[in-house]
Amino acid sequence: MRTIQTEVLVIGGGATGAGIIRDLAMRGFDAILVEKRDLTHGTTGRYHGLLHSGGRYAVKDPKAAVECIEENRILRRIMPHCLEDTGGFFVVTPWDDPDFGDTFMEGCRNAGIPVEEISVAQMLREEPLLNPKISRCFRVPDAAADSFLATRLNAESARAYGARIWTYHEVRDLMMDGQRVIGAVCYDLVHDEEVRIYADMVVNAAGAWAGKIAAMAGLDVTITPGKGVMVAINHRVLNTVVNRCKMPSDGDIIVPIHTVAVIGTTDVKVSDPEHFAIEPWEVELMLDEGEKLVPGVKEMRILRAWAGVRPLYQETKAVDTRDITRAYTLLDHETRDGVSGIITMTGGKWTTYRQMAQVTVDRVCEKFGVQRECRTHLEPLPGAEQHGGYHWLGARFADVERRQAYGDLICECELATREDVERAILEGDAKAIDDIRRMVRLGMGPCQGGFCTFRAVGLLHRLRQPDVEEANAALRDFLQERWKGLLPILWGQQLRQERLDEFIYLSVLNVDHLPGPKATRLAPVMYDPPTGEAPQGRV
Amino acid sequence: MFVEQTLDNCIKCNICVTECPVAAVTDKFPGPKYEGPQAARFRQPNQPLTDWSVDYCSGCRVCNMVCPTGVRIAEINARARAEMVRKGAFGWRTRLRNNLLARSELLGKVGHPIAPLANALLQNPLGRLAAEMTLGIARHAPLPTFSRERFTAWYRAHQPANAPKGKVVYFHGCSTEYYEPRVGRAAVRVLEANGFDVIIPPQHCCGLPLLSNGEFDAARNYHRRNVNSLVEYARQGIPIVGTSTSCTLTLKEEAPELLDAFDEESRLVAERTFDLSEFLLNLHTRGELNTEFRSIDLRAVYHPPCQYRAHRVGRPSLELLRLIPGLDIVESHAACCGIAGTYGFKAEKYEIAMQVGQPLFDLVRATGGPIAICDSETCRWQITHGSGVPSVHPMELLALAYGYEPEGVLQQQTL
Repeated sequence: MRTIQTEVLVIGGGATGAGIIRDLAMRGFDAILVEKRDLTHGTTGRYHGLLHSGGRYAVKDPKAAVECIEENRILRRIMPHCLEDTGGFFVVTPWDDPDFGDTFMEGCRNAGIPVEEISVAQMLREEPLLNPKISRCFRVPDAAADSFLATRLNAESARAYGARIWTYHEVRDLMMDGQRVIGAVCYDLVHDEEVRIYADMVVNAAGAWAGKIAAMAGLDVTITPGKGVMVAINHRVLNTVVNRCKMPSDGDIIVPIHTVAVIGTTDVKVSDPEHFAIEPWEVELMLDEGEKLVPGVKEMRILRAWAGVRPLYQETKAVDTRDITRAYTLLDHETRDGVSGIITMTGGKWTTYRQMAQVTVDRVCEKFGVQRECRTHLEPLPGAEQHGGYHWLGARFADVERRQAYGDLICECELATREDVERAILEGDAKAIDDIRRMVRLGMGPCQGGFCTFRAVGLLHRLRQPDVEEANAALRDFLQERWKGLLPILWGQQLRQERLDEFIYLSVLNVDHLPGPKATRLAPVMYDPPTGEAPQGRV
Repeated sequence: MFVEQTLDNCIKCNICVTECPVAAVTDKFPGPKYEGPQAARFRQPNQPLTDWSVDYCSGCRVCNMVCPTGVRIAEINARARAEMVRKGAFGWRTRLRNNLLARSELLGKVGHPIAPLANALLQNPLGRLAAEMTLGIARHAPLPTFSRERFTAWYRAHQPANAPKGKVVYFHGCSTEYYEPRVGRAAVRVLEANGFDVIIPPQHCCGLPLLSNGEFDAARNYHRRNVNSLVEYARQGIPIVGTSTSCTLTLKEEAPELLDAFDEESRLVAERTFDLSEFLLNLHTRGELNTEFRSIDLRAVYHPPCQYRAHRVGRPSLELLRLIPGLDIVESHAACCGIAGTYGFKAEKYEIAMQVGQPLFDLVRATGGPIAICDSETCRWQITHGSGVPSVHPMELLALAYGYEPEGVLQQQTL
């Protein structure tokens, strides 16, 4: 057992937690972040990748819309290399109320979101696959965001300012001294040991898990995990974010992000942020709705489906989760519950993570009785200056071409080179193959790990020299993780792909019977079927 | 859209990579899977230039043939190269060189009237060295010589025979017109020996060399003019046949697919177009082929060009040749001769092309016959260049078997 003392302990390694630790470190706090798996393992790594312009909330949630456009402008400045400037359309399809367009325009103007109506002909010139029956189209400054990269860069910046970031550290309990939280009992999954972290202040940024953390201090924080299912199309059918111009609902957005286009999402209340299944009706609904935007999309190759859980917070009892405000909430448990030493930041969305961090750290300063100015909106994330501009789809390919690195590809689909993967293992300190995936997009392409998993495990084994059994289990962990996202969409071309992958791993490599445990402690836990519960939602 | 969307069919199996004749001999070409379905996911019209290595695709289409899931890899690559041209990836010198090589009709029109001078220049080692240094046209590559007489001039003076079987349109292509009219003469004679009236309407380059060099606009122009000239015959149900497998493939599917020319007229022409051997073998299947062949005692390698295999019609020339008594054909299973249209004429690709063709050259030399047989003109030139053995079109042997006077290299044989 190790014991450590720090000023502020941040729980949760998603966008919010990483934003908070960066802000804390920049304001001179001694801070530690703990995350139970890898950074972005939770909701941050499981969303569609939209940088909101605010258009989506312009009518329904004006407060959220204003926050979005403010942060949209800031993030474009501090992390252009994590964003692709796709622009966004809001389109009125034959299934939508044509009058909503005017309401939408007015909402955007009131929130300060730049909006212009373009002709349908112009829209089709830019996006020829969009439904020609669309009657109106509005352009807004939506963009696509790489939440893996952005979160990692926040962490990197925080480290440069002296913060410590510990992944695979699970919080098992909060330590109390009377009505005061004084730290957390953590468990280091990699080294299999307990770590006690004493802190003057604990920041609960565990997202959909924030309720569970708060409960460890006897606090009642009701988070309603809202499951959202997303479906990725194998290639970029669109290069612009396209939203339905209507009140937000299921399956009304397609986001082009990296090499895929993502249709999102559903919204279903689940009881546990960790145990939920992707239901067939959800996938079907995404495809039906996607078809309204891009006719023919149902016939295309679907790469994968996945789900994230929105951390939706409401003080009163929740009914339909989409009606809960997307604006974030800061809970000061000292005033709310009479328990000091802990605050909770929850709700919100990826686009507003930085503002959420700022508000949180402002409160931390108040608690410490110090006045230190936030600078996260002024200082770009690492690499922004060298990169010089937005990310663009072909950048990675152009780089491989320029360096003639095509003979050295580990993940051929997403063009991750040996150098990329080795850096992820050594400098990125990847613990599992899934961590390498989040860093270099390994296994995220059409073959879903078919041709890169064994190569990556080979590199991991050579560089780290773990026991053979451990390497075998790491291989199985990753294959299992990929498989979970394939199961819901296993038909057509992807089924054919999986058959080949099955031959490679189960027949040729005999992966099921290699020595070693079936899975490791570090294995991802998502989508394990809910225990003892009937399937949720419509069937 | 059809071409690019086939990228979704790729299951990464690597069969194309193992079969690609170019990737097998050079590291400059990463292979069909990388250039086609993989790179296509990173390409987007309105972004900066990303491609370089795709220019090393020879366009032989072996990848398409072996792909078990139907990815149109060669077409994806051709379109990527066209994007490179559009985005200015090539300097003016390369563009000029490519256009010189790809505009076979223009070259013929300019070169033919001054054939003796042009030939002297083009075959002169010093001239060729200069062409390599200034333009990048490989100095050893097998440039053809202009013939004294254009094919169509011969045809106009030609007395047609009795034609009870009806009409056939002959698409002769640039090579027959300017370099090897003997192939056209053989084709006309073979068709006439089978009772057809051969029509030769005005025609232009099929556009394939331009398509292979990413010069899509110029190719579109040629294709349009050919369709205009041919569509009336197609409407009347008159078959359009050709002796250049690349020209017929272009009319059949390359031009429509690459240029998105899916109009009714292009479709009609495509449907009525056949390679001549394919057409004759169809006759034979119906029992209508004149099979009164005289014997030709000869052993020779027959190489089916990549562009012919891309027709997906089997090996019609091989089957026809095997009808000729005495003729002992050794079928080549080599992947490619290497030349791939204009590819092997380029200085930076000449060595690659020669290495690609090496197994075929070895086979031709080992077989030891006086000639080799191949349907495609540039392949014939390359086979001769690589193996030292003269090459003929299958129609030349068929014409000979029908009793017509041998021409060219066949004249020198005691058959």
